[in-house]
Amino acid sequence: MAVTHAGASPRPSQGLFSGMSRRSRVTWTRWGVFIALLIAWEIYGQTLANPRLISGPSAIVHALFTEILPDSQIVSAIIQSFWEVIVAYVLSIVIGVALGLAIGWGNFTRRSFYPIVLLLYAIPQVILLPLFVLIFGIGPACKIAFGVSHGFFPILVNVIAGMRNVNPLYLRGAKSMGGTSLDIARHVYFPHMVPSLFTGLRLGMTMTLLGVILAELYVSIQGIGYWTKVFAETFDPAPLFALIVILALMAIILNELVRVAERRFTRWRTQQH
Amino acid sequence: MTDTSNFTTRSIQIAFIAIMVGIWYFVTKTGSISPLFLPPLDSVWATFVRLVQTNAFWSSVRLTLWTIAQAWVIAVVLGIVVGYFVTRSKFLTEVFEPVIASTFAIPLTLLFPLFILMFGIGPASKVAYAATYGFFPVALNTIAGLSSVDERYLRSARSMGASSLDTFRHVLFPAAFPVILTGLRVSFFISFASVLGGETLSSAAGIGKNIALAAELMEPARMYAWIVFVICITVTLNFVVSAIENRRREY
Repeated sequence: MAVTHAGASPRPSQGLFSGMSRRSRVTWTRWGVFIALLIAWEIYGQTLANPRLISGPSAIVHALFTEILPDSQIVSAIIQSFWEVIVAYVLSIVIGVALGLAIGWGNFTRRSFYPIVLLLYAIPQVILLPLFVLIFGIGPACKIAFGVSHGFFPILVNVIAGMRNVNPLYLRGAKSMGGTSLDIARHVYFPHMVPSLFTGLRLGMTMTLLGVILAELYVSIQGIGYWTKVFAETFDPAPLFALIVILALMAIILNELVRVAERRFTRWRTQQH
Repeated sequence: MTDTSNFTTRSIQIAFIAIMVGIWYFVTKTGSISPLFLPPLDSVWATFVRLVQTNAFWSSVRLTLWTIAQAWVIAVVLGIVVGYFVTRSKFLTEVFEPVIASTFAIPLTLLFPLFILMFGIGPASKVAYAATYGFFPVALNTIAGLSSVDERYLRSARSMGASSLDTFRHVLFPAAFPVILTGLRVSFFISFASVLGGETLSSAAGIGKNIALAAELMEPARMYAWIVFVICITVTLNFVVSAIENRRREY
């Protein structure tokens, strides 16, 4: 792939950037833009913005330490949603991998059921959210179930796709040497599935977070949804922004953990080639 | 490698759906499941038939589709514009592409309460929310498409005196089009789901609001009628889009 650009002339070394490697220039520019945006937001928040709708970064940090963190009810709602994500993610992995192995095992089962899986995956599941609340109530069970219903699909789809790409010769070889189903799963399918499985696990984390947070926001009489509703209805943007920042940080950290695991477990593969 | 369906696998797929519908029919007939969770098939059908004859049904559908269309158009225009400017230099691409990609991994649903705060519970907040969500796949695919255009094409276009608008219109855009098209498709389905989601979470009207309202009023037959309607729309849209893509590939 020829990666080139219209303005692909080598950048002249400018005063500020001279003597820096390209990598650190990229990093510094990224931080520079980020800080410039924060400053612009702060100025906008203090001058033009309607204080009932938008708060600047300093007001958000202030609200974080004076209103959000000292309030034990809000903190326990955040911790509860963290556990919901973890439990939902573990269940998504178990269900996604088990169903994926079952459907991807044979050519025939895959060709029969994979299209059904893809069809179900395409349905916007958020329309089932009121049904989940009806069945599971307003507690953590509902949020975990909704997180699982979002999270297991990408894992399932990627497990099946990964199994399809295993060379049939290896399967036949393992079988002819007397490998049991468990041996084949352990020594043939799993090692070949790793990259595809981790793509699924990464997407699965994003989707589990989406499912749990959708359910949290929908149930407005308990948990995080209650607090976002209170802050939005009283036109109190600073704590609302602060709460969202905490949840976004939680999402970023969980995503990064999966990414680190992916790099660790797929390194041997890239080294081999 | 793609799987092709033959007669046997197709019949199994149809049989699977038929068995699911059959199970629905029998568990509700025998009363082994509360009609609150799963109402009988015939009562859902009767409700659906009554529903499509009302004006309220069609005005809800029109509102939701119009909201989706607005959100999608904003997402596409912004995504292509941002994608174009980010790929103007390799340096800018290196700075911004990972930022856009990792922002997309955060559940942007988190921002929904802010959109409600700023735009109210009318359609405007759903347009803003769905456009924000739909922007990312368009921008990421535009960046991927434009940054993989062969440089020889660009150099020859410039040496023949093409302006940057000419270059975009006749070289960059056609070369990147297939990748951008994938972004447009993903963005459409994300906008679709986001508008429905936004309406379910907090709204005054629309399809999502109707589903949430039916659940709150404990009218499961009406809720299922709406859900089945949305599923039918989604399946139809998927078939139309994949048919168009297959035609394009043959062409």
